[in-house]
Amino acid sequence: MIEVKNLTKNYGPTKAVDDVSFTIPTGEVMGFLGPNGAGKTTTMKIITCFMPPTDGQVLVDGHDAADESLSVRRKIGYLPENNPLYSDMNVLDYLTFIQRLRSIPKSEHAQRNRRMVDMCGLGEVVRKDIGELSKGYRQRVGLAQAMVHDPEILILDEPTVGLDPNQIAEIRDLIKELGRAKTLVLCTHILSEVEQTCNRVLIINRGKIVADGTPNSLRAAARGQDRIFVEVKGPSNEIRAALESLPGAARVATPDGSGVGDGRFIIETAAGHDLREQVFTLIRDRHWILLEIRREAVRLEDVFRQLTSSS
Amino acid sequence: MLANTWTFTQRELKSYFNSPVAYVILTLFLLISGWFFTAGLFLVNQADLRDVIAIIIPLIFLFFVPAITMRLIAEEKKSGTLELLVTMPVRDVEIVLGKYLAALGLLASALLLTFAYPLTLSILGDPDRGALIGGYFGLVLMGGSYLAIGMFTSGLTHNQIVAFITGFVLIFAFFMLDKVLVFFPGPVASVLEYLSVSYHFENIARGVLDTRDLIYYGSLITVFLVLAVRTLESRKWR
Repeated sequence: MIEVKNLTKNYGPTKAVDDVSFTIPTGEVMGFLGPNGAGKTTTMKIITCFMPPTDGQVLVDGHDAADESLSVRRKIGYLPENNPLYSDMNVLDYLTFIQRLRSIPKSEHAQRNRRMVDMCGLGEVVRKDIGELSKGYRQRVGLAQAMVHDPEILILDEPTVGLDPNQIAEIRDLIKELGRAKTLVLCTHILSEVEQTCNRVLIINRGKIVADGTPNSLRAAARGQDRIFVEVKGPSNEIRAALESLPGAARVATPDGSGVGDGRFIIETAAGHDLREQVFTLIRDRHWILLEIRREAVRLEDVFRQLTSSS
Repeated sequence: MLANTWTFTQRELKSYFNSPVAYVILTLFLLISGWFFTAGLFLVNQADLRDVIAIIIPLIFLFFVPAITMRLIAEEKKSGTLELLVTMPVRDVEIVLGKYLAALGLLASALLLTFAYPLTLSILGDPDRGALIGGYFGLVLMGGSYLAIGMFTSGLTHNQIVAFITGFVLIFAFFMLDKVLVFFPGPVASVLEYLSVSYHFENIARGVLDTRDLIYYGSLITVFLVLAVRTLESRKWR
């Protein structure tokens, strides 16, 4: 369990983290979301005892990160931002080196190395120098480093940055699997990552927490509405007017936001109001041609944009 | 404590010997010191190590020691691996001490390889053992102090070149202290003399082991290693 209480961090006059409090219970997979420079990495650096906060306190399983830093560091597995690695070591030497720093008995080294190699798919590169590895493999080595001592708490700072889509999918599966057994904090600005892997989301912006909840509850809270997308063949202005006159339609917009219809519209409705039937009947009665209709749930991306846009 | 320190020492030693660094340093060290030893041997027909130990090797140290230490902390800062290390359950002291011992190991192996010269001497004649042992012991202490200074300057920056140059300047200052005494009034001069690395080295190299000299080197090394640990902690002061 991680308890963060009134955390503040100043870099000179800049407030990187501003009075942030939250608790991550054991076993939760939490997505820590925010635009670049919002204070995610700073918060992680404080939790992992890289640097102390200006004010406030971090407790990891009851241990204070400032006073009992060694016991906190023992519990945490950490993949820092940008995944720093020793390029002059080979993968096995590196994992063994980390295990020795983690005070894992020598008799377990080989077995743990094998486990990590299997789990992270490093089989083909175990004897290679880390400097020669591709970005995807380097990222996996970083993950193996963070997990090799089987930590109770795993903190991953942007684990999929710079990977190709296949690699991202692989790492995500790995994270999902890990999340079943561990407390996991995933720092990212990629929303789909959070949607797919996390059961709780914390959105931070300019050093402050702006939202905290499950992905579903956040979506529900956002403006409280559903959207229906339609593409219709017919006179645009008439169609638009007809759609607007539908009871329950809060607003009709065009996808490109120009307001000039090319036959495609987005109808915003109050949450839980499904207007698809009415829309279909309307278009059929007027003898226009319906090309496409679908319901669009509010995406986490929209929530994120709303909460963190600079306005 | 010891286990972690040794882990760092091993890693750094491997890193020295898996890269050209160690070989370049050892080769050049032997080339230069060997040239001055054999030049005397063949040109003047005189086998003498005194100048090599008292003058040549201390001069080589001025350049070689900062070259050995420049990457030790600076590179960790630059590549970000320092963040990895200090978030491991290890103390900052262990990191610094482990790396220091590795650098000392490299320096000691360079000195060990020059044992060929005293061996030659004892085949050709009967050298003064005390002076030889004292000389080597003094070199280890002198090199050890320089290494501590170099570690400190390596921790000040994440640029290896800057680490090298500041290390060289600081080491050179300690080396030069007893050579500028004439410019200072008596009391200041004696303080400077005590602070000078070369002054204490000359005592030991003569074969005289005095606790005052040992205390001097011990404290110099400790002070700069503690400062090096502070440079790791500097991340906390931002």
